Amino acid sequence: MLPDFSQDYFALFGLPRAYRIDAAMLDQAYHAMQGKVHPDRHAHLPETERRLSMQWATQVNEAYRTLRKPLLRAHYLLRLAGAETDHESNTAMSPAFLMEQMEWREAVAEARAAGEHHELEKLMQRLEKHGGEILAEIERSLDAKKDFEAAADAVRRLMFIEKLEHEIQDALEALESQD
Amino acid sequence: MALLQITEPGMSAAPHQHRLAVGIDLGTTNSLVATVRNGIAVVLQDEVGRSLLPSIVRYKADGGVDVGYAAQGTQATDPRNTIVSAKRFMGRGLKDVSHIESMPYDFLDAEGMVRLRTVAGIKSPVETSAEILRVLRERAEASLGGDLVGAVITVPAYFDDAQRQATKDAAKLAGLNVLRLLNEPTAAAIAYGLDNASEGVYAVFDLGGGTFDISILKLSRGVFEVLATNGDASLGGDDFDQRVYCWILDDARITFPSIEDTRRLLLKAREAKEMLTSHDEAPIHAELGTGQAVDLTLKIDTFADITRTLISKTLGPTRKALRDAGLTVNDIKGVVMVGGATRMPQVQRAVAEYFKQEPLTNLDPEKVVALGAAMQANVLAGNRAGADDWLLLDVIPLSLGMETMGGLTEKVIPRNSTIPIAKAQDFTTFKDGQTAMSFHIVQGERELVADCRSLARFELRGIPPMVAGAARIRVTFQVDADGLLSVSAREMTSGVEASITVKPSYGLSDDEIAGMLKESIDHVGDDVQARNLREQQVEAGRLIEAVEAALAADGRLLRPGERADIDEEIAALKKRIAGSDHRAIKAGIDSLNAATQDFAARRMDQGIKRALTGQKIVEFKL
Repeated sequence: MLPDFSQDYFALFGLPRAYRIDAAMLDQAYHAMQGKVHPDRHAHLPETERRLSMQWATQVNEAYRTLRKPLLRAHYLLRLAGAETDHESNTAMSPAFLMEQMEWREAVAEARAAGEHHELEKLMQRLEKHGGEILAEIERSLDAKKDFEAAADAVRRLMFIEKLEHEIQDALEALESQD
Repeated sequence: MALLQITEPGMSAAPHQHRLAVGIDLGTTNSLVATVRNGIAVVLQDEVGRSLLPSIVRYKADGGVDVGYAAQGTQATDPRNTIVSAKRFMGRGLKDVSHIESMPYDFLDAEGMVRLRTVAGIKSPVETSAEILRVLRERAEASLGGDLVGAVITVPAYFDDAQRQATKDAAKLAGLNVLRLLNEPTAAAIAYGLDNASEGVYAVFDLGGGTFDISILKLSRGVFEVLATNGDASLGGDDFDQRVYCWILDDARITFPSIEDTRRLLLKAREAKEMLTSHDEAPIHAELGTGQAVDLTLKIDTFADITRTLISKTLGPTRKALRDAGLTVNDIKGVVMVGGATRMPQVQRAVAEYFKQEPLTNLDPEKVVALGAAMQANVLAGNRAGADDWLLLDVIPLSLGMETMGGLTEKVIPRNSTIPIAKAQDFTTFKDGQTAMSFHIVQGERELVADCRSLARFELRGIPPMVAGAARIRVTFQVDADGLLSVSAREMTSGVEASITVKPSYGLSDDEIAGMLKESIDHVGDDVQARNLREQQVEAGRLIEAVEAALAADGRLLRPGERADIDEEIAALKKRIAGSDHRAIKAGIDSLNAATQDFAARRMDQGIKRALTGQKIVEFKL
C-alpha cells in the first residue's frame, strides 16, 4: 500500500539523472513534497496516519540530503550505475596522493598544537578549493565522459578531503572552547 | 480515517468548526499560553488581566499547591518548598545542575533525573512543571470556553532527548494532548516571519531565564527551514542573577547565608539586574535573618564586568551555528531577539557587534515564543485556511550515537540533521554462539561516551547461535518531528527476527506517570469520570466527522461490503456517544479506527502518489 519510494531519488523529485543538478528546482520539489507528507500536516489525524507520515517524511528527507550533498550525490549516481566505490575495501590510492594527505594532516596537527586559529582557517580554505576542483572532475567524469571508474577514484579522494575538513572543524572547535 | 488535506489542500472537514488549540511557552522564569482567535495570535490572560505566569510552584504541608503569583511571595520565607526555575532540572541528574550549592532545595539524586524533597513529599521536576502547565490549561479552557484539542509546547532548541521527553511527560501529566514539541527560536521565527513577511536568512538569538539558543533559519515562500542550531541548555538570566548575588556576598562580606537569605539576595540581585536595563546604577537594600543590613549600589559598569564571561559564552555557540550552516555574519539579514534576558543592554551591544547590525526588537521578547507556538498549534489542530499553510523544517540539535569499543562514541545521526530522520547501522557478534548483544545510546558531540549524555541502554536477546561475525544486527535510530528518539534492533540473517523498541523515559516509568496523573486529578478534585467521558465523546465526534468526510470524498475506493462495515461501526459509535460509559466509547473508537485502517492507507496512498509521482515539478507550487 505504500507509495513507490523504490524509484530513484532523481525520478522522485522529477529531476534528470545527472551529477549537475538545478539546486533551486530540487529545493522547490523537496518543499512541495514535504508540504504533503510532513508530520505537521497530519498532526490532527489518528496514530496510523501520523506514523505513515513520519516514515514518508523521513524518506523524503533522506532523498533530499542524498541529492543535495555533492559527495553523496556522486556516490548515489555511481551506485545507480552499478559502479560501487568500494570505499571500505578499496583503499589503494596513488602514493603521490597519500603523501599529499600526510602533509595536510601534519599541517593540521601542527596548527592545532600551536593554537593557530588563522592557520587552520587558511588550511580549510585551501582544502575547500582543492575539493572544488575534485568536484569539477567528478562532474566531467560522470556527466560528460560517463567514465565511472575515474569518477569512483575521484569520489574516494574527495572522501579523504572531507575527512580532513572535519578534522579541521574539530580542531577549530577545540580551540574555541579553550578561549 | 481521512487524510483530508491531501485530497483537498487547505480545507478542513467542517470549516465552520474551530478546534481549540493553544501554544504554551513553558519558561524557566515565566510561562505563557496563547491561542489564535479570529485569525490573530493572542496571549491569554488570567482573571485579573496578567499575561505571564511566574514559573513558581509552592508545595504546602496540607497537600495544597500554589502556582505563579500566589507562590511568588513565599520564595524567601519558605524557600525549600517554593520551587523556582524547575525547568533547569528537567531531564537532568544532580551533577548536571549548575549553582546547586546556592539552591535552597533538598535534592535527591534519583536515577536519570533529580528529585526534590518537599513538605508535600518527594517531587520530580516533571510534576512541578505539570503544575504550571495545568494552571495554563485551565486558564485556556476557561477563556476559550471548551476542552482543548491539543497544545504545542515549546522547548529550548538545544534541549536534549531527556529534557524533551521530560517536557512531554509533564504535559501529559497536566492533561494536555501534545500536538508537537516546538523549538523556542523556531516558534519565534514563525511569529516574526509571518508578521513581517520576511524572506532570507535570519538568526534567532534566544536568551531566556535558564537557557540559551541560537538558530539560523532560511525563510522563503512559506517555508521555515532551520539550517543550524546551537546553544547552552544551562545559561540564562538566572546566571546573571547569580553573578550579582556573588558580588553582593563578596562586597557585603557575607560568608554563610541561610537558605532564606540566599533566596532573598537572589531576588534583590534580579531586581538590580532588571533596573540596570534602564538605569546606570541600582541600589540593593536588604535585611538579613542575622540582623545584618545590606546597603550597596551596583553600577552598570560593574555589572557589565562581572557578567562579561557569560556574554562571551553565547558567542561560541553562535559561531558554531553559523559554521554548521555554512554561512558568515554577512549572510544574516536580521537578528531576532527572544527571551527576557535579551533586554540587558550589554547583551544587545554584544549581538550588534558580532552580527554587525542592530538586532530586531520590535516584538515583545517575552511573548513572541508563545505567539509563534499558538500559530503552529492552530495549523496542527487542522484549523487551516489555505493561505496560512506554512511548512516548518527543523533539525536535531545534538548528535546521536552509540557506545563502541573502548568507551568511544560512534555518531549515527549528526547534529543539525533535518527531522524526521532515520539511520540504520549494522553490527555483528564477536563470539561464537553469542545470543545477546547490548547497546548504549548517547547524545552529544564529544568523543568519549563518558562526556556525552546517556539516553538508554538495552539488550537484544534471542539471537540464534552462529559463528562469530555471521549474525547481522541492524540497529535503527528514528527521530520524530518532536525531536524524540526511538531505537530498534533486529537480527536480519536468520529469518528469526527479534526486535526491541526503546523509548527512553529517564527515571519516570509509564506506571509512575499514571500514578502521578491519578494523584494530581484526585487532588484537584476533578471528577475523573466526567472528564474521561467528555474527552472520549469529543474524540469520537471528531473521528466520526473525519470518517464521514473521507467517505464523501473517496467512498469509491471501498467495495460495497467494506463500506457497509464502516457504516455499521459509525452507527454503533454514535449510539455509544449518547451513553455514559467512557470505556465503551473508547472501544467503539478503536473499533472504527480498525475498520477504516485499510481505507485510510488507500486514501493516503492515492493522495501521496498523486503528489509525488504523477505531477511535473511546475505543478508543485506551494
